[in-house]
Amino acid sequence: MDGLQRGSAAIVGVAESDLGAVAQDMSPIDLMAQGIHRALGDCGLRLSDVDGLLCATAQSRTSGLNLAEYLGISPAFIDSTILGGSSFMFHVAHAQAALQLGLCKVAVIAYGSTQRTIGRHQASVREYNPYETPFQPFLPSTAYALAASRHMHEFGTTRQQLAAVAVAAREWALLNPVAWEKKPLTIAEVLSARMISYPFTVRDICLVTDGGGAVIMTTAERAQSLKKPPVFVLGCGQAITHANISSMPDLTVTGALLSGRAAYDMARLGPGDIDVLELYDAFTINTILFLEDLGFCAKGEGGRFVEGGRIAPKGSLPVNTNGGGLSYCHPGMYGLLLLIEATRQLRHECGARQVADCETAIAHGNGGVLSSQSTVILGTQATL
Amino acid sequence: MERMAESPLAVYQAHLEKRELAYQWSPEANKAVFYPRLICPFTGSDRLEWRVSAGFGTVYATTVTHPREGAPYNVALIDCDEGFRLMSRVEDIGPEAVKIGMRVKFRVHRPGGDQAAYPVFAPVKAG
Repeated sequence: MDGLQRGSAAIVGVAESDLGAVAQDMSPIDLMAQGIHRALGDCGLRLSDVDGLLCATAQSRTSGLNLAEYLGISPAFIDSTILGGSSFMFHVAHAQAALQLGLCKVAVIAYGSTQRTIGRHQASVREYNPYETPFQPFLPSTAYALAASRHMHEFGTTRQQLAAVAVAAREWALLNPVAWEKKPLTIAEVLSARMISYPFTVRDICLVTDGGGAVIMTTAERAQSLKKPPVFVLGCGQAITHANISSMPDLTVTGALLSGRAAYDMARLGPGDIDVLELYDAFTINTILFLEDLGFCAKGEGGRFVEGGRIAPKGSLPVNTNGGGLSYCHPGMYGLLLLIEATRQLRHECGARQVADCETAIAHGNGGVLSSQSTVILGTQATL
Repeated sequence: MERMAESPLAVYQAHLEKRELAYQWSPEANKAVFYPRLICPFTGSDRLEWRVSAGFGTVYATTVTHPREGAPYNVALIDCDEGFRLMSRVEDIGPEAVKIGMRVKFRVHRPGGDQAAYPVFAPVKAG
């Protein structure tokens, strides 16, 4: 992104809120505040240091107001951009811009969702679309299923290859103590699970959990004096291609092609330089599409690429090391949790699932029905 | 721009009441526009002409959605021959028999009650 300088800002604190099924009557703002408190503890800053506030949740139209009131702060910079699950990657770019310009000195990005305890339909009310709603698409599943149907038709991608994505995510989740899913999963189990929208069974689809968290960013300069090693923002890119699936130009090519290119340009890196990938896996087809569009394999090759455990813990390319939206946690707008995992991998804090010699990471966010794509490339001090 | 007497949706629905599938044409972009709107997404112009589709198209993408209760049903994206795409469903055959590339023909579905009419498709019979 023109104007953003490689490495000018860093992520210095990260934390998840309570995940999974949270206590009864917790609000999304409770979870944001809890995440912020923990993330401040992670970097050694205090709430009084926070003068930039960025947040999004499907459960509060004016979440910025509610969160600022709750915390008792009046931030100099505030942004509650909401573009679906990728919102928080957009927030990273906005926070970096604000930090570069001196609009704030410490920016917090926060998310909270209680969709599991209150029910998904209450948490995320669908807008009526006269050109789609009469056909009763079960959104978002039906939309992603349409994209999968096109990928299968054009490139011969199989249900087994889609299932391989879910199995790899589960293997990573078994290495993550806070992952929702605790039992092994096989390709046969994915295929024989309850069908939701062909070709997806319930195991091709992300979890429905509560959750949230926070990410704290500051200038590269200030980041040097805090508790943990800084994780620098090397590249940001974004692309919006449509809102509704019937307006997506080509169902086999996502905006990740453009967002990735912009992020790589800013980072002066390419796919071959990236050590760990956190890709927004709301559905098994997502991982395949993003591996292609972010340049890890050719268009159409994604299905074959994920076979044989290549993206699983013992494979050659570590993808979705926390277990992903498929097996770790998916509170509805999952992007913030990808940023947290990428940061932890770069700090070598991931225990059994730690990727060795990890210096660069992609956190790629997806929102809507493949609608908004935002790529963030992060790196350690050594990559500056 | 002068004040609009009718919304794009109202014009579209009025055509459906006459068993017509309407779309818009952007003379400046030389392209079809769907869904109907006030401003052309290709040029930013407000010059959009209404046209009526011949009603033939090809299945671009398809899925069978399985509700918790009730029978599975088809949801498809149809590429109409005039160069626009819309969400719809293919009727007269099982939802799993709908295939990408299948030629289909438009007809109006009237759900009854206060629900507006909407376009559905059926396979074009061979020969």
